[in-house]
Amino acid sequence: MEFKEPEMQISAQAMAEAQLPLRYRDYCAHMLVPLNKCRHRTMYMPWKCEEERHAYEKCQYDDFMRRAKMLAQINEDKARQKQHSSAQRRGDIPSLHTLSDDEAMMRDVVARFARDVVQPKVSEMDENETMDPAVVRGLFEAGLMGIETPAELGGAEASFTSAILAVEELAKVDPSVSVMCDVHNTLVNTVFRTYASDALQKKYLPQLAEGKVGCFCLTEAAAGSDAFALQTRATRDGDHYVLSGSKMWITNSGEADIFLVFATVDPAKGYKGITCFAVERDMGVAIAKKEKKLGIRASSTCQLAFDDVRVPAENVVGEVGRGYKIAIEILNEGRIGIAAQMLGLAQGAFDNVLPYLFQRKQFGTLIGDFQGMQHQYAQIAVEIEAARLLTYNAARLKEEGKPFVKEAAMAKLYASQVAERASSRAVEWMGGLGFTRDLPLEKFYRDCKIGAIYEGTSNIQLQTIAKILSREYQE
Amino acid sequence: MTGLRILVGVKRVIDSAVKVRVNSAQTGVETANVKHSMNPFDEIAVEEALRLREKHGQEAVPEIVALSCGPAKAQETLRTALAMGADRAIHVKTDDALEPLSVAKLFSKVVANEKPNLVILGKQAIDDDANQTGQMLAGLLGWPQATFASKVEVNDGKLQVVREVDGGLETVSAALPAVVTTDLRLNEPRYASLPNIMKAKKKPFQTVTPADLGVEIRARLQTIEVVEPPKRQGGRLVASVDELLDKLRNEAKVL
Repeated sequence: MEFKEPEMQISAQAMAEAQLPLRYRDYCAHMLVPLNKCRHRTMYMPWKCEEERHAYEKCQYDDFMRRAKMLAQINEDKARQKQHSSAQRRGDIPSLHTLSDDEAMMRDVVARFARDVVQPKVSEMDENETMDPAVVRGLFEAGLMGIETPAELGGAEASFTSAILAVEELAKVDPSVSVMCDVHNTLVNTVFRTYASDALQKKYLPQLAEGKVGCFCLTEAAAGSDAFALQTRATRDGDHYVLSGSKMWITNSGEADIFLVFATVDPAKGYKGITCFAVERDMGVAIAKKEKKLGIRASSTCQLAFDDVRVPAENVVGEVGRGYKIAIEILNEGRIGIAAQMLGLAQGAFDNVLPYLFQRKQFGTLIGDFQGMQHQYAQIAVEIEAARLLTYNAARLKEEGKPFVKEAAMAKLYASQVAERASSRAVEWMGGLGFTRDLPLEKFYRDCKIGAIYEGTSNIQLQTIAKILSREYQE
Repeated sequence: MTGLRILVGVKRVIDSAVKVRVNSAQTGVETANVKHSMNPFDEIAVEEALRLREKHGQEAVPEIVALSCGPAKAQETLRTALAMGADRAIHVKTDDALEPLSVAKLFSKVVANEKPNLVILGKQAIDDDANQTGQMLAGLLGWPQATFASKVEVNDGKLQVVREVDGGLETVSAALPAVVTTDLRLNEPRYASLPNIMKAKKKPFQTVTPADLGVEIRARLQTIEVVEPPKRQGGRLVASVDELLDKLRNEAKVL
């Protein structure tokens, strides 16, 4: 049976108006009659006899029903999402800049906290390469260390986007403080919330919300991007595991009391031996060396030594041998946090330098009014906006329970690139002044570099994106 | 001390960090797409109420109610007050322009309904800087007032307030109920913590209209024109003292 494709489109509205289930006869009456009245009738009537006509109409009917069901499904999904979201939204589909009332209020509070509490300490903390304990205490008091933690466990029970906004706001002022908040919330708290037993959650989440800093110990000297080559051993001994080995580049470990440690119970099993443990500092975690770094110097990055550290067996997070899954999944969403940190950094550098362009005159003209400058700062503004949209979109996808791994990798990759360009330009735009340590521009420039390294290097992000693309396009 | 029920006034104003611009019609300042916050003096008022509770205990200060008059967006400001620690909020919703007397009347009606024995307000709002509402409210209620407070103490139904006056500090005392307006140095307001922001959603929130309270909003003032202050002229360098004297005599005409 050969049919010419008739130029009949069933409009979305017609489908929505049609009551499902629609009987075939009613369908013919509603939808096909106008077709018969068509001016170029012969062109549109492809059938040669009644049987063919019925077959054709049946085809159309089936197609109609399929599309109508799809539409009904879409509408249902939309309604569910609307119900699900606490946001008061003006339209059905808000812009990525639209925040819920709580999120907006929270962002303002974090911005104020950053300005009043963090700002005065930034350069001192950077010079001394230490985090001021008052700032850490402030983070806990403001509730910024248990953003998504359930209220009954002492947290704020706010959205993932709230955490992302907090990380961004802090990074505008100090990317070091920002990363402390980020690792603590989006890695440590989230691992407990998502994978740990109820008992572990009840034990550790309140402590993590109230005063104990957490850190995430995956990387080792020989296991960086290839994280599953890790060698730290966990040997069962009665109702304990004994951890031995060492970890490297562990953010927050200088201040941390609670360590999520990845170790293998059986190297022969490869990545399937990797297990996640909740370890307390008092169990015997030792800091072997504190690194001296180019940027985010106030954030502690240490080498850790585990010298036969005895950990109760109930402190296994999730299942034995499933640690690799925890690490992969958590770093996938953790990247959105780093994207937010880099976005905040870029915005912070930009906000710091722009007013200067409209104060400083050369050749009798404000430097911000030179066309060469205009094009530069307009370009950076566009890039920051693009990074923001990538980041917020990845966060919302994660909140909606949709696939987000590719988008998160894109956001992290791009935001770290934008942070580098924006902070570099900011130094240039301020000239000699931007090069001095009296102003925060040079610090942003130093701080940005880590964005291309931790929680997956830029190359790893590209790998991740490419892997997903090849799955999408390969037969 | 038994049952100190505190009513706190909060106003939504343009954020103090925003550079204010006159609107193109020259009828006021541009408010569209401009960041708004709680009036800083009102934050101090909320903080003082919370500190009184922290000092005397929950039983001595059983209730702190935040009140705001204004358009729908005033809700945001009330939520901030709830997130800071107020127990419940009342929003008198109106889109009419409000002058201090109207606000004082609305407050007096709410006071009649709620029967607080202490009203704490900011000494003025940073938008119109009227500095009248607290005084008018005290007048309408026939209550004592202690304005420009830099220290507030309540003991045995007695209020003692240190006021910042031109010559220094003045200490006044009054019997409750009374109206207090806050000055800048009374306290440093806290931040709403994240958990409290989330809890604020569950606190009681009541919306009423001026008509519900039996108050007719009437403007008594007419704004003729709002203009920006003249731009400051840049300085000029002169080559010699003689030239300076010449300019002062003949151009500036000040000598």
